[in-house]
Amino acid sequence: MFDKRLVQEVRPVWGHLLLTVGMGMGIAFLAVAQAWFLSRVVAGVFLEGATLRTVWNPLCLILGIIGLRAGLQWVSEISAHEVASHIKSSLRQRLMSQIVSLGPVFARGERTGELITTVVDGIEALEEYFSKYLPQLLLAGGIPLLILGFVFPQDWKSGLILLLTGPLIPVFMILIGKLAEKKSLHQFQSLSWMSAHFLDVLQGMTTLKVFGRARDQTRVIERVSDSFRKVTLSVLRIAFLSALVLEFFATMSTALVAVTIGLRLVYGTLSFSAGLFLLLLAPEFYTPLRTLGLNFHAGLSGVNAAGRIFEIMDLPVLNNNSDEKGGNLDDNQEELSSEFQISFQDVSLTYQLGETSALDGINLSLKSGEKVALVGPSGAGKSSLAQLLLRFIEPSAGEILVNRRLLKTIPQEKWRQQIAYVSQAPYLFAGSIAENIHFGRSSATIEEIKSAAQGASAHEFIMELSDGYQTQLGEGGTRLSGGQAQRIAIARAILKDAPVLILDEATSGLDIESERSVQQALKRLMQGKTAIIIAHRLSTVRQADCILVMEHGQIIEQGKHEELMKMQGLYYQMVTEYRGESL
Amino acid sequence: MKSKTWLLSLMLPYWRQILLALILSALTITSHIGLMATSAYLLARAALHPPILDLMVTIVGVRFFGLSRVVCRYFERYVSHDVTFRILSQIRVKFYQGIEPLAPARLLNFRSGDMLSRIVADVEIQQNFFLRVFAPPFVALLVLFGYGFFLARFDVRFSFILAACFLIAGLGIPWGIKALSQGVGRQLIALKAELNTQVADSLLGITELVAYGQVQAHLDKIQRTDKKMVDQQRRIAWLSALASALMGMIANLGLWLVLVLGILLVEKGKLSGVNLGMLALGTFSSFEALFPLALVPYHLEQNRAATDRLLELIEAEPAVKNRETPSPQPKGLDFSFQEVCFRYNQGEPWALNHLSFRIPEQGKVAIVGPSGAGKTSVVNLLLRFWEYDEGRIDLGGHSIREYTQEDTRSFIGVVTQRTHLFNATIRENLLLVKPEGTDEELIQASKQAKLHEFILSLPQGYDSYVGEGGFKLSGGQRQRLAIARVLLKNAPILILDEAMAGLDPLTEREVMDEVYHLMAGRTTLVITHRLKGLETMDEILVLDRGQIVERGKHEELLRQKGLYRQLWETETVSC
Repeated sequence: MFDKRLVQEVRPVWGHLLLTVGMGMGIAFLAVAQAWFLSRVVAGVFLEGATLRTVWNPLCLILGIIGLRAGLQWVSEISAHEVASHIKSSLRQRLMSQIVSLGPVFARGERTGELITTVVDGIEALEEYFSKYLPQLLLAGGIPLLILGFVFPQDWKSGLILLLTGPLIPVFMILIGKLAEKKSLHQFQSLSWMSAHFLDVLQGMTTLKVFGRARDQTRVIERVSDSFRKVTLSVLRIAFLSALVLEFFATMSTALVAVTIGLRLVYGTLSFSAGLFLLLLAPEFYTPLRTLGLNFHAGLSGVNAAGRIFEIMDLPVLNNNSDEKGGNLDDNQEELSSEFQISFQDVSLTYQLGETSALDGINLSLKSGEKVALVGPSGAGKSSLAQLLLRFIEPSAGEILVNRRLLKTIPQEKWRQQIAYVSQAPYLFAGSIAENIHFGRSSATIEEIKSAAQGASAHEFIMELSDGYQTQLGEGGTRLSGGQAQRIAIARAILKDAPVLILDEATSGLDIESERSVQQALKRLMQGKTAIIIAHRLSTVRQADCILVMEHGQIIEQGKHEELMKMQGLYYQMVTEYRGESL
Repeated sequence: MKSKTWLLSLMLPYWRQILLALILSALTITSHIGLMATSAYLLARAALHPPILDLMVTIVGVRFFGLSRVVCRYFERYVSHDVTFRILSQIRVKFYQGIEPLAPARLLNFRSGDMLSRIVADVEIQQNFFLRVFAPPFVALLVLFGYGFFLARFDVRFSFILAACFLIAGLGIPWGIKALSQGVGRQLIALKAELNTQVADSLLGITELVAYGQVQAHLDKIQRTDKKMVDQQRRIAWLSALASALMGMIANLGLWLVLVLGILLVEKGKLSGVNLGMLALGTFSSFEALFPLALVPYHLEQNRAATDRLLELIEAEPAVKNRETPSPQPKGLDFSFQEVCFRYNQGEPWALNHLSFRIPEQGKVAIVGPSGAGKTSVVNLLLRFWEYDEGRIDLGGHSIREYTQEDTRSFIGVVTQRTHLFNATIRENLLLVKPEGTDEELIQASKQAKLHEFILSLPQGYDSYVGEGGFKLSGGQRQRLAIARVLLKNAPILILDEAMAGLDPLTEREVMDEVYHLMAGRTTLVITHRLKGLETMDEILVLDRGQIVERGKHEELLRQKGLYRQLWETETVSC
């Protein structure tokens, strides 16, 4: 519950936390003063026949204390929120940059829904940990001691009752807390799991309908959310039970103090005013401990959310290793801007230990201006090769060199600036079409965007949309067809105009007619550029300077179209297969 | 208003538990008042040195209230949370039932991150409705009347002070806070949804972000949203701190006023001094009922915004409505389009323009054409995802409008380019189609789809997880799984919607056999932009801009030297 790493987060804002706790102590002190004057006034009127006029001064003091308390209360809550707010923002920012530096390979392996929950709701769950639980934890230590300091001089017996029962509260809290912690972790996982499940169902709704199963999912939704209810309630029950124990001690001790004081008043061993003062202090003694119990649950969900957050933060970032020692930047720029040569030396890649390797001993070299095509059955490792070149992943063995210099010593950003990439299933972001193309080069003007779209044969269909370039896109470009989305992605690449071009089945979603125009656009785009073209549609690869045929992570044939046809190997097979049915 | 009625109607079935929770809550506070008041009374009595026996009842009272508070509090919390979470569960189901008829036509414009935030976060917020909006005013009212009557026994002016303080703290402060926080709750929800979307964007589009060096720009965007959210949360924090400070102040003022009035009454001999401490402490304790009222308006607003977002979808009109009457029995398994016109939105160009064709039982028809020609619209209409505007579509001799949507779909098996695979095991993905399917049937279908061997090669066999969206499977395996599903469903009509797009030629060749196998004996509609393997079709329709521009068999169309020939030449010559 006193999570070390969470507490470390407080360091930049410890001043605010100190202010919160200081105000809390101040309020407690004022409460003692108020109780003191109050008991005086009541005793005076009740036993000594004082009139309103004689007790007017202490009454006015009480009024002043009441006002001051409200002021301190306000400041304390505000600064508590500031603590939480700063930490949340900073953590969210760091978590997001961690997730993106982990890269596409990580994001693909995780449940997207779960990650979104962690970034948005998981971080929000920290609010109460920092604004309520943590300051309360400190106050629960300080305030009771402060109160005891006033109680003991008045009456050591009542002080003893408080002193003996007080520590029982934290002890029980820890005991119950241990149990609750496990349950609560379970609950957070259950929430993430529920989110992921719902997202899956929402995305697959059309499929469910086609199979006539959409209605039945109601039962599944009911079951999932019902089991979430049960998990939540079982966590809460423990939280309630812990609150019950804490309150039991607090109220019963207050009752005990009241009764013992009462008895001693009867025997005249204690004055009424001191007795009333003690009675008023008893709740003040227990309140911070009880509040801590109430905030316990909030604290727990914070700690659990933090568990997942730090788990992600601790994942090693694969390819960020050598950015710092990237050497002279100007030097790099010079090297990269004009002529260069890329070579793979015995490169192998395994995504996860124990899995079969995606790439196995790849050797290839590529001069600037050269166009290389990668073909082969799916799963042969073509896309992995592109991912290596983009530095989404690092090779498990072997080296990739650019101008005889290790690729990993070149800063990622610098390197990626040299590459335009069109992926298999291009993603379109929330925003307008123009914004989505603009993405390729932030400095581009709207005219440049339009001419890029024209180059990608996208201009016509964009103009047919009701809002033209300002048409807002839904998730994954819902309102655009796969082919249209691909053309937007090609427009991005055209706009970027980078010296290296990687096309990962860039034209797979296009129909023949638009493919032809896009092909021409790509041909223009590729002129004078180094290009790697991944394709299974063989029409796109014939013009390549060199065709690499891949299978099972290895390059099994390579050469020009005519040479490969002569070899009568896999390439020949694929080409005849492709032609076969249309001849 | 509508949102509140809707929530109240959901609460209605649980009125017994709700009433119990309210009473328990009031009793909890009453016990607190009782504990402090009797304690003060006990002290005052004791100060007069009476015989101890006289104090016994009071002492028992002190102990009783101490205990009852604890017990009431526990049960109150348990009951109220139990009810709340039951209601939440109901809301989730209602939400799903509401959006199910809307998919996919009416949900196209919603991002799944946004939908997710509705079904998870917006529903979660509803728990505040009972706990923080509905219950506190009732409880406060109960306490005000109960303790007010108690005070009136001493002097009715005490009750007036109490009522005045309750009024200011219970209505005045919340109203002031509401005026100051106008719109913040709504904005917070909107901002959170925006954040959700942006985070989802950065995860789903990470490849593009990284490749185009836009990571920082996108992170900055998220940070800006976060900043806006922080600003709004700060406003709320300031106001809620102000409210709680003022509440505490008024509670103390109430105590002070009761004390001053008490002193005056004691002075005049109208009140016994013994009661002075009791009245003051009791009054202070009764304010416990008021503390939750400060944030009622804030929660109410946040709640309403969330409810509106839920109702927006729950009450939306589906694109296609079912007839009330039961579906007729189809006479044969042919279907036809007659002069069908359709567009997705008013004002947009026609997606289908007077389209007519017929597929006889077990006939095979292909629709080809450039993208945007309206091929997929044909499928959308046939599956009753959208409603056509003009003309008629018949299935087995009846208009498809006479069937329920579910019955129409039960005749049709579909293999599309993007069949959704659920993040579950292979077995579960197959059983989805036929929950009562036996292991033999699963294996049979998988064998026919040439998937069985592969499944057995996996360490967990049929219980292997396919990953989110089936990413652990290759494109060919995914399509085979889709084919196995359709085989299991065993529907008499088959639609292949770009089923082979995205597969490499070798995989395509391999899967093709299974597809031919699938087509045997079924009425088949093939949608494709590739002209491969269409020689076996009974008829090929060439679609362009929603209209049929050519039709006939493969050889006939080649002879016509029209668009089909042109497409065919592009495809073959470029190879």
